[in-house]
Amino acid sequence: MKIVEGNFYSKDHEWVKIDGKEAFVGISDHAQDSLGDIVYVELPDVGDEFDKGEAFAVVESTKAASDVYLPVAGKVVEVNEALDDAPELINEDAFANWIAKIELSGDADTSDLMDAAAYKEFCENE
Amino acid sequence: MGKLLRSALFEVYERYGGNVVDFAGWEMPVEYEGLVPEHNAVRNAAGMFDVSHMGQITVEGKDAEAFMQYMVSNDVAAAGDHQIQYTHFCRPDGGIVDDFLIYKYNKDRYLLIVNASNVDKDFAWVNENKGDFDVKLENLSDQYSAIALQGPKSEEILQQLTDIDLSAMKPFRFQDGVTVNGAKALVSRNGYTGEDGFEIYLGNDDVVALWDKLYEVGKDKGLVPAGLGARDTLRFEANLPLYGNEMLDDISPLEASLGYFVKLDKEADFIGKEVLKKQKEGALSRKIVAFEMKGKGIPRHGYDVLADGKVVGFVTTGYTSPTLGKNIGKAMVPIEYAKIGTPLQIQVRKKAVDAEVVSAKFLG
Repeated sequence: MKIVEGNFYSKDHEWVKIDGKEAFVGISDHAQDSLGDIVYVELPDVGDEFDKGEAFAVVESTKAASDVYLPVAGKVVEVNEALDDAPELINEDAFANWIAKIELSGDADTSDLMDAAAYKEFCENE
Repeated sequence: MGKLLRSALFEVYERYGGNVVDFAGWEMPVEYEGLVPEHNAVRNAAGMFDVSHMGQITVEGKDAEAFMQYMVSNDVAAAGDHQIQYTHFCRPDGGIVDDFLIYKYNKDRYLLIVNASNVDKDFAWVNENKGDFDVKLENLSDQYSAIALQGPKSEEILQQLTDIDLSAMKPFRFQDGVTVNGAKALVSRNGYTGEDGFEIYLGNDDVVALWDKLYEVGKDKGLVPAGLGARDTLRFEANLPLYGNEMLDDISPLEASLGYFVKLDKEADFIGKEVLKKQKEGALSRKIVAFEMKGKGIPRHGYDVLADGKVVGFVTTGYTSPTLGKNIGKAMVPIEYAKIGTPLQIQVRKKAVDAEVVSAKFLG
């Protein structure tokens, strides 16, 4: 299982990479592996605003549809449109293939998120 | 809910990498390597499923045929000895109690293979309706384990473990008292995937050895262990219904588009016959149809179906078909929306996505 250093991770297996006032968000390698072949990603619209913990996208495998929750509050400024035609990109590399780019509302609250080491332990104990 | 049940094969799930979930009161593997690779293995080579959770009810005695004719909507008398027939128990109002397979030994002896989730309901149902029929009813579900071997390579694989000539066994036939991998078993040629295959019923003590041996002799031919996930996508693509999705206590076989299995012209009266007859004669107000998505979105069990801007029905099963790569489903709709080509919409979360009624023969 791949885990990228420097990202924060949620208990729902999203990752967020914070860069100043912006953040990239996606699902973890562990999440894509559990879901299996991803066949559809429902992307948010640019301009949509979400609270922390709100469902902002849906990732569907053959088995099931799974909500993706935003680990930090903010506004969608860009979506990864490549996922529209090639949702399987998330299976190929869940970290390179972010779902949305977010403009943070204020300072990101990361108090309940995990760093790479803590997330690795979390997945092992799940 | 009581304690979850485990089949005699429970220990193999972990050894073969199974991911275990709760299903119909059982702890069962939803997948091993993954749903899609398992699905494709069954279409192209072979897959093996633990189907020990299925129930076994026996009906024996001098009134067995008359009792079965009264209980089910298909014509049991039309089946030959050692033939398997698909049928339903219906309620007096036509709703389906369960769908199942009848293994007919002869006119005095039948084995019913019923849904795991309905075993208790079915056994109560046959007992409630036994009346003066001279029959002995037994629920033997605890005594059997079973493996379904499915896919085009099934015969070649299973033939290595038995002396009977499998090539001589026709579809929907069975043989009991056969030796498979050194153990006594019942072997039938049927399944729930749309592929050729066999079901092997045997004692709980013999099933683990058979599972391991099948894998040993089959893996070079592409055999993989397969879970409930692939079982559902395979049966769905093959236009096979599932109780709890396409069938319920308040859905009749005609509404479920399973009229082929309802023999209204058989002589015997059977439970539900009057209502089903009326439905057949024009009182059918809704039925299950197949549809294909025209817009983006995957239909799922339970989603609303819209037509002319209002909710008219519900999705019974929906998937991205692993074999076809299309988003397809089954839905219960009013009869006026059931014709092939009719535009529908499926409510996928916040969006109403365009769909169209198509032929249910998804695989052609």
